[in-house]
Amino acid sequence: MSLDIFKEKGTPLDKQLFTWRDLVRTPTSKLDDDAFTRVRIILMNGIEANALRTSHGMARMLNGDFRLPLAQVRRVEQHQQTMVNWLLPPDLSPLETTIAFEQVAIEVTASVAQHEPDEYLAQVYRFGLLEDFDHLYRFSALMDRVGGADANSIVQNYSDIMPGRPTVVEHRAPEDNLREHYDCTKAHPLTKLHAVTITAGENQTHDYYMTIGPMFADPLARQLYAEIASIEEQHVTQYESLMDPKETPLEKWLMHEAVEVYNYFSCMAYETNPRVKQIWERFCDYELGHLHMVMDLFQRFENRDPAEVLPATLPDPIEYESHRQFVRETLNNEVDLRAAGTQFINVEDEPDRAPLSIAYREQMNSEGSPSETVAAGYQWTPGTELVEKKSAFAKGAKA
Amino acid sequence: MKSTGAQAAMGNRTGIQTSPELAEELIEGANSAAPSSEGGVEDIAEYRTDYIAQGFALGSMPAMPISEEAEASEDQAGMAVLLDKLGERLAFERMGTRLYEALLNKCQTLGEQTPGPTLQEIEHIGSEELEHFLMLNRIITDIGGDPTVVSPGADVAGVASLGIMQVLTDPRSSMPQCLQALMTAELTDNAGWELLIELADGLGYNDIKTEFETALVHEEEHLQNVRDWLSDMVLDKAQL
Repeated sequence: MSLDIFKEKGTPLDKQLFTWRDLVRTPTSKLDDDAFTRVRIILMNGIEANALRTSHGMARMLNGDFRLPLAQVRRVEQHQQTMVNWLLPPDLSPLETTIAFEQVAIEVTASVAQHEPDEYLAQVYRFGLLEDFDHLYRFSALMDRVGGADANSIVQNYSDIMPGRPTVVEHRAPEDNLREHYDCTKAHPLTKLHAVTITAGENQTHDYYMTIGPMFADPLARQLYAEIASIEEQHVTQYESLMDPKETPLEKWLMHEAVEVYNYFSCMAYETNPRVKQIWERFCDYELGHLHMVMDLFQRFENRDPAEVLPATLPDPIEYESHRQFVRETLNNEVDLRAAGTQFINVEDEPDRAPLSIAYREQMNSEGSPSETVAAGYQWTPGTELVEKKSAFAKGAKA
Repeated sequence: MKSTGAQAAMGNRTGIQTSPELAEELIEGANSAAPSSEGGVEDIAEYRTDYIAQGFALGSMPAMPISEEAEASEDQAGMAVLLDKLGERLAFERMGTRLYEALLNKCQTLGEQTPGPTLQEIEHIGSEELEHFLMLNRIITDIGGDPTVVSPGADVAGVASLGIMQVLTDPRSSMPQCLQALMTAELTDNAGWELLIELADGLGYNDIKTEFETALVHEEEHLQNVRDWLSDMVLDKAQL
């Protein structure tokens, strides 16, 4: 399965029409749909949210020539995001959705890390992966201990629920969150597609936690969301710094449309729900329409050939499957890595090479660590830790 | 700037009488505007009907285990219903254990109040919730089900109970407010066990029916206790 993005013109912008009824379909099933259908919905919501975010940033900084085409494409992206995001069902609670967000971060980042052609960038993805992996464990403990439910009903056995790089040590100074960016004149197209994809996913995760954190009543839950949202903000800082600032805004827009085509194309390749697959196919065509519109702007305003920056055919799709072995190997080999400036170091070198991060972390954790408290002594057990009678009431229970 | 009457009192501001002067303007404004469309609240039903008629379900049970005894399709259907409702009760008792942990935490922090439950009385109920969860876990396994499944009934019960957990884990909620929320849980729980007993009886599961009857006796006591504590605390506050 391959897609020639120069030959395939997709759906023209003026044919990309919606109604409110069309936007709001019967959602997917929390119980019966495959976890990866949910993973794809969440990622594509993030990709579309990033398209809007990027477009608004450009509209505020570019000259007037681009304001109308940006607004025209943005109107469609807004409705694409709506149709995708509204596929999440109302019985998926905010905490369950959180578990699914972390599964996205683990499984999509694992696929990206394994296919990234640039070894330094692959290292960056593996570094972030182990942090999101830990978040899944902390939120699973919260779901078990406060909500009385099993997070595996959401991840469906595909992703491990165990500690990664402990969240308590993930807090870093800004100086240690920036990374080296790729060189846009030399980077493989896949490198650029990866950077935008993962930045989009992390940005949406951050925004989601910032929205739902205050909806929880439990003070520990509120603190945990505050803490992990802070890490997600660091991740956005890390991943967006991978993109070359020398790329022109129009080049970035062109690349973003290619990212959207690539991601819908990847979703199509793996989707098991026919109702959802039909949406991925429709939106892949819509994105091809956007891409060709921006190719035209790129040629007219920058006098450059889009083939300079876009791949002739799309790379292999993102792999929507369990990456358990890769994640475990990464955990085994790299859990003790820390960041110093743009580089990765061993934990024992952190006091000398990243003193600002240590000082910041000590300050933030000085009144306690919600991520440590929520998972104190926690080991995931099928059906929750209550199966093992781990409760304040264990002594009194006779069974 | 027009002042609000409640500013000096610093009390609840949600009612219209917080500021009679502003309220008058508000009512005047609303009355002066006509709706942009004709019709009424019944129009909402058309939107709901459209989606209901599509016939999608929240979810289903996993493929049934085929047991030697349950060859007839009616037995299979009965088993599927029983496992759905067992899964629902299991999820409810599991959450109930966590609810009473939160209540225990609150009572430990605020101190035992008179009238009101003692720590020992809360521990007693919590222990029985945990026992019921463990019992259901065992029974589902014994009859060939998977206790880690979120059955459709369990899913619905989870959605319906989210508010109860929110009340219990809110550090600002009072003991009577927590008991009020627990009343909702205990009333539902009692009815749930009664239904399970009927189901087990109808399907010929006499051994587990007996265990459910014991659980119902516990739950009736929980309900009565919660009802009494709540009533005593509310009446005491009203100085009655």
